[in-house]
Amino acid sequence: MAVKTDAIGREWPATTYEVGLEKVREFANAVGADNQAHHDRATAKGAGYRDVVAPPMFTVVYSAPAMAPAILDPDVGINLAAMLHGGQEFEWNEPVCVGDAITTQARCTEIYEKDGKGFYVFETVSTNQDGDQVVKGTWTNIVRGV
Amino acid sequence: MADLKQGDAVPEMKTTPDKYLPHRYAGASGDFNPIHIDKEFATAVGLPSNILHGLWMMSQVARANNAVAGGDPKALKRLSVQFRGMGFPEQEITVTGTVVEADGDRIVIDTVAEQGGNQVIRNSEAELDLS
Repeated sequence: MAVKTDAIGREWPATTYEVGLEKVREFANAVGADNQAHHDRATAKGAGYRDVVAPPMFTVVYSAPAMAPAILDPDVGINLAAMLHGGQEFEWNEPVCVGDAITTQARCTEIYEKDGKGFYVFETVSTNQDGDQVVKGTWTNIVRGV
Repeated sequence: MADLKQGDAVPEMKTTPDKYLPHRYAGASGDFNPIHIDKEFATAVGLPSNILHGLWMMSQVARANNAVAGGDPKALKRLSVQFRGMGFPEQEITVTGTVVEADGDRIVIDTVAEQGGNQVIRNSEAELDLS
């Protein structure tokens, strides 16, 4: 059985996520990001940020609503039960702070088969309310037994 | 740390996720896949136990690299990882890194996360801007 490649190049509707203070603190606590700039407004502003700054990996929180429909799209055809997260890359630009509205667009860049596994590669681009790019993400999912 | 040069090791970071860490990370990230938070489900689908979220493990690699820049979150410009093993709660994870490129303020670090002798993240490359 071969992988379907029709979805290469497909884009899904952009989603917008509003960054809240307690969500940033909750995420920072879960990943052990103890720099006070992730918790305390005065510290963050003293360090030159507009407001409490999100840890870099907070990207997964505001990107998830854009990625979910891509992963679940029947035209992509991922068998979720056999899916592994194979690799991940983020390239960060402008920091994300509390109060930002981050818009993320997901696109399928590659689908291919190798050694009996299906490789599904997605790219997300996230921009803030000023139109500045905050991150580009490359998400590689591997499906066993395609 | 601006005097880092190619071949230098960066400070090692150790962390032990507690039993309920995957639940807290699920809530924080929104990823409630039961393989991470339900031991019965995980074993029923053939895993040894519930497993750590790969992106949580990546966040520990990010944290170790941020620490090289004195904890400054905006110093981390790029991070790529490959997930090559399962991580488990209640076992220590050690993150180590080696400088592979040093060009002024731009530093590239190769990072490995290991748990119980198993490399759970490898071929990881972090780019820092120490300016």
